[in-house]
Amino acid sequence: MELDPLLLSRFQFAFVVSFHAIFPVFTIGLAAYIAVLETLYYRTDNPAWEKLSKFWTKVFALVFGMGVVSGIVMAFQFGTNWSSFSYASANFMGPILSYEVVTAFFLEATFLGVLLFGRDKVPKGAHLFSACMVAIGTFISSFWILSANSWMQTPAGIEINDGIVQVTSWTQAIFNSSLPYRFAHMALASFITGGFVVAGVSAWYLLKGRNIETSRKALKMTVIMLAIATPLQLFVGDLHGLNTFEEQPIKVAAMEGHWETRQGAPLILFAIPDSRNETNHFEIGIPRLGSLILTHSLDGEVTGLTSVPAEDRPPVGIVFWSFRIMVGLGILFIVLSLAAAWQLWRGRLEQSPRLLRALTWMIPLPFVAVLAGWFVTEVGRQPWLIHGVMRLSEGVTPSLTGGMVLLTLIGYITVYAVVFTAGLYYLKRVILAGPDPVESTPEDESARAKRPWSAVPAGLDDNAAKARS
Amino acid sequence: MELIDLTLIWIVVIGIGVFMYVLMDGFDLGVGILFPFAPDDRARDEMMNSVAPVWDGNETWLVLGGAGLLAAFPMVYAVFLPALYIGVFLLLAGLIFRGVAFEFRFKASADSRHWWDRAFFGGSTVAAFAQGAVAGAYIQGFEVEGFSYVGGPLDWLSAFTVMTGLGVVAGYALLGITWTILKTEGNTRDWAYNLAPKLLAAVMAFFVIVSIWTPLASEHVRDRWFDHLTALWIFPLLTVLTAAWVFGKLRKRSDAAPFIGSMTLFALFYIGLLISMWPYAVPPEHTFWDAASDPGSQLFLLLGVLFLIPIILGYTAWTYWVFRGKVKAGEGYAGH
Repeated sequence: MELDPLLLSRFQFAFVVSFHAIFPVFTIGLAAYIAVLETLYYRTDNPAWEKLSKFWTKVFALVFGMGVVSGIVMAFQFGTNWSSFSYASANFMGPILSYEVVTAFFLEATFLGVLLFGRDKVPKGAHLFSACMVAIGTFISSFWILSANSWMQTPAGIEINDGIVQVTSWTQAIFNSSLPYRFAHMALASFITGGFVVAGVSAWYLLKGRNIETSRKALKMTVIMLAIATPLQLFVGDLHGLNTFEEQPIKVAAMEGHWETRQGAPLILFAIPDSRNETNHFEIGIPRLGSLILTHSLDGEVTGLTSVPAEDRPPVGIVFWSFRIMVGLGILFIVLSLAAAWQLWRGRLEQSPRLLRALTWMIPLPFVAVLAGWFVTEVGRQPWLIHGVMRLSEGVTPSLTGGMVLLTLIGYITVYAVVFTAGLYYLKRVILAGPDPVESTPEDESARAKRPWSAVPAGLDDNAAKARS
Repeated sequence: MELIDLTLIWIVVIGIGVFMYVLMDGFDLGVGILFPFAPDDRARDEMMNSVAPVWDGNETWLVLGGAGLLAAFPMVYAVFLPALYIGVFLLLAGLIFRGVAFEFRFKASADSRHWWDRAFFGGSTVAAFAQGAVAGAYIQGFEVEGFSYVGGPLDWLSAFTVMTGLGVVAGYALLGITWTILKTEGNTRDWAYNLAPKLLAAVMAFFVIVSIWTPLASEHVRDRWFDHLTALWIFPLLTVLTAAWVFGKLRKRSDAAPFIGSMTLFALFYIGLLISMWPYAVPPEHTFWDAASDPGSQLFLLLGVLFLIPIILGYTAWTYWVFRGKVKAGEGYAGH
């Protein structure tokens, strides 16, 4: 069998970028959380905030380390496997990726050293400042990389001369039409991912009766945040989808499983798309709802996949199902967050072991949702590398042989398997060890009572004390 | 763009960026290369803690090098990476193992820690070797048609590039050992004082071999150095003098001078390489001007870079100042 360098390069990129993506999506949210904890510690001097911050910083360091090393691979992947794309798009991509390095990567990497190791070496304010710089750095970084990605989805501000991209307007190119939605969607996804991990781990400690004081604080904060962020994500995701409907209707057709262009299209809940016969099997849908969502009219026209030749369509099944996984998980997140917030409001969250257990089980799911979302948008862009401008087959490195790509693909899979397994193992150990215990002093008790959102009945402290002993 | 040659400015910017990377990641990769030779675990803890707060920032200069090349000299990016495909993979795999070893080593139990010692050593050594081989491949030149690489997957691997690869391993080890002298005390520093002159001798041996071999391997380089005997020969002379100075300072057990001297040596090697290769970005045919991106793109990025690099250097200097002085037991990861 002839090894196809293009197909293998696509596998390789999908693998290394998916592996990489799970780390920043978590660390962006977690960095912001650590900055909040450091701020609270700075302002209140309550040692519980410091314990929490120290604990989550340990987790952050492990995850961020894996994100950094897998991110460096990405910086070179464009050149090794997609050199024709890199060369053609360098006038835009080069400056954007470089701005990411000089505005974000240095900020994160340098201040991370002070955040991790400088607590006793710098004044408290400087340590807080470092925590904030790391958090801000992660956001700036995601802005640039999402600008680059959005530009590949909805290119703007350029002209093509001799096959080379030339930028005619930097503002139009950077702030291209899908960037605001993608950025908001991704930022919320990071908060939700970080939030569910912190909430899940805190819920687990509460179930085990460990680290009660810190876990209660952490759970309360994250549940409130999640109850706001998860419904908001539904709204932002919808806006993002409408932008895609306008700019990349064929991607939306694949997401929705619409083969024919028609008015009053249904919302398909379940189907097995069949690309060869251009139809769906076992379709279950709600009539006209698809048109209503996309066009805000029951009779609105929705473009179908068959409106373009087969070679201009993405692989429908992956896009269709990834979209359903993402949306399904998103709805689950909303339900669970609101349920947890409701119980928190009633002061019964800690007496709801089933809810706490459910929160613990949630930990891996935001990662699945984020990857599914990226599959939708990236696979949905196929067969284009730069939508409407450059095809995948035009972007691949000409000198590449299938054997070379296969060799390095196996290499990356092996290396990442080792790193990921070890990383998860050490992460588990850090979490099992937990934050340093905070000794409750009368001073702490009075400080806590003053906090207005402390709705937990005082009796719980006794339970907690029993559980700990 | 007749008045200001943006491409020339970008050569300077990228040149400085790559040099910053070589110096800064050079010493922490060097610490990794030296890892198995350290006298005991305590020394290894000290060595790792001496670079733990700064390695990530140091490595970022490499990412800047990659992204900066894509922005300013896309042809270099689009030829070097495909040509060095396998070597780049080795470099990245090395950097991955070296990078995660920092966190994992101190989280590992006592009986599995040695695996991460090995990952740290192996990763650092492979990464350093690959970087040296990249420099060697640059001297060798690339088979190019249009703006694409058309050679084979292992063209870069030759006796010459193996030699430059080993040379960089020795060079980084020298930076690492002199950094260790600067940052440690007691046993660890004694060991470093002992080993440093041997590494210096090895580096100078590689310098001599590569200096003789390069003109033989490349006609262009031969012409540059031998056609008209010029003031350029001041650089090899300075190299020898600097090496002698470092040697003397090591014998006097000076703390900081050997590290400064080793960095100076690297600066001289680097200048020597640039003199040899000027003005070629993708030898043997394409100059930096052939490889340049659109002036508009060069300008757009340059404005930001000129503004931001001083700020980056500022806060980088601040963190080095925060972690100044000798590494003490119980600091860094041990006190984590």
